[in-house]
Amino acid sequence: MSYAGDIVTIASVSAGAFFFLAGTVGLLRFPDTLTRLHALTKADNLGLGFVVLGLLPQAASLRDGLKLISIWLLALLAGATVSQLIARSARQGGPAR
Amino acid sequence: MSAVTVFGLTAAAAVGLGLYGLITNPQPLRKLLAFNLLGSGVFLLFGIIGRRGAAAGFGNDPVPQALVITGIVVAFAATALAIALLLRLFRTAGSTTLRSDAPRMGRGADAPGG
Amino acid sequence: MSITTVFESVLAALVLGLALWTIAVRETYSATVGFVAYGLMVALIWVGLDAIDVALTEAAIGGGLGGIVLLGAAARLRDTESTAAETPNRMVRLGAAALSAAIAAALAIAILLLPDAAPTLAPAAVANAAATGLANPVTNVLMAFRGMDTALEKVVLLLAIVGVWSLASDQAWGGRPGPHHEADPNGVLAFLARLLPPVGIVIGVYILWTGADHPGGAFQGGAVLASMWLLVIMAGLADTPPASSRRLRLVLVAGPGLFFLVGLGGLCFGAAFLAYPIAHAKPLILGIETAMLLTIAATLALLLAGAPERSVPR
Repeated sequence: MSYAGDIVTIASVSAGAFFFLAGTVGLLRFPDTLTRLHALTKADNLGLGFVVLGLLPQAASLRDGLKLISIWLLALLAGATVSQLIARSARQGGPAR
Repeated sequence: MSAVTVFGLTAAAAVGLGLYGLITNPQPLRKLLAFNLLGSGVFLLFGIIGRRGAAAGFGNDPVPQALVITGIVVAFAATALAIALLLRLFRTAGSTTLRSDAPRMGRGADAPGG
Repeated sequence: MSITTVFESVLAALVLGLALWTIAVRETYSATVGFVAYGLMVALIWVGLDAIDVALTEAAIGGGLGGIVLLGAAARLRDTESTAAETPNRMVRLGAAALSAAIAAALAIAILLLPDAAPTLAPAAVANAAATGLANPVTNVLMAFRGMDTALEKVVLLLAIVGVWSLASDQAWGGRPGPHHEADPNGVLAFLARLLPPVGIVIGVYILWTGADHPGGAFQGGAVLASMWLLVIMAGLADTPPASSRRLRLVLVAGPGLFFLVGLGGLCFGAAFLAYPIAHAKPLILGIETAMLLTIAATLALLLAGAPERSVPR
């Protein structure tokens, strides 16, 4: 769209990519389920949030922008629920490793 | 080498890997996974052909696309049926081995032929 | 090498690695998780091939619902791994490796040596798009130009359901499919199962509606609806309907039934089987797609639920 928009996109998507990287490293390196979940939320919530934020200036219309935001909100909802379920199953000594 | 060629080689490798797993893996569930892998490789190959047939403003020939969509759904239905068969075999025989000379240890949940 | 090619090469390497993992890893559960990840990555490849419709289907049905079926079976069969350790001998493995490598190599050579003027039906699909009034060429092919395939595929889905249901034991014949799910009614899963389905249903219907002109359609929308239904079932808020339910069976045959009815109408009043009258092509196709949406959603969800396991008190 514009120069400023492109700069926002590059900065924000890079930040998102950084959080995805950090989250993935944490997922692979952390010792137990709860800390791994903690790392995963960084990738899911912050990483995806920054990527969506960065893509907003590139959206062709208001509708596309709203679609992007709703994707992030749905991912937040699903991520939060699933983390809770995995954490509970880990506390009860369930099948999660 | 173009991206389409790279994807095509990946698809060919997926077919090969799937076939190998289908033959050598003794567990039925693993065979099923391998078979799905093989199938997805075939779908991808078809997609490559469709991609090369890009014309008239479309990036991919719509006819192969439609056939692949149909194929994916049918593959899912077949997988679900195979899983149901496998679970039933497990409930009846107590194991999931495909060997014909394997010992049968009926669990008594269902009478034979029931 | 441009940046796009780098991205695509990395994606291809990732897919290849996941395929290897699925075949080679020791534990079946890990292999299944690998296969689900593989399915999602393959969906990205489909995006790279400019086939968004297929990408949506692969992500929703190939990776998503197919993954759930396989994961569920892997979890149920987890304890059987040690009993089934009868690996084939070395000769068989070597032979299989040689055969697989030869077939993969032949396919790779075929891909590399494809003729340059690739055959395509895209111009024909464009030229006839006006006949249906739909702008998405894939929907046109699915519902009109090769409608017979889609209609018969619905029959395949129906046969799969019949097959799964006929695996029920005598006690559970015509009963409710799958195990009974119990979850904390005030827990987070029940909360999600109350919050998400209204949104999911809107999204499913939207995907069907937008499929007329943009990527989307009855399969993808049906998969979303099916997963919403399954979420409610898994949270224990609703139970699967018994296989003997008349209403359920009506929903299951609605899609193919309407498709064949319209097809026969084409035979009686038009040129051929499945020939739509051009003036009414779009409403007819949308009507069939709506019936198909319900049928696909119900069929996919019930295929996932499996064979009837609990008898219904009469």
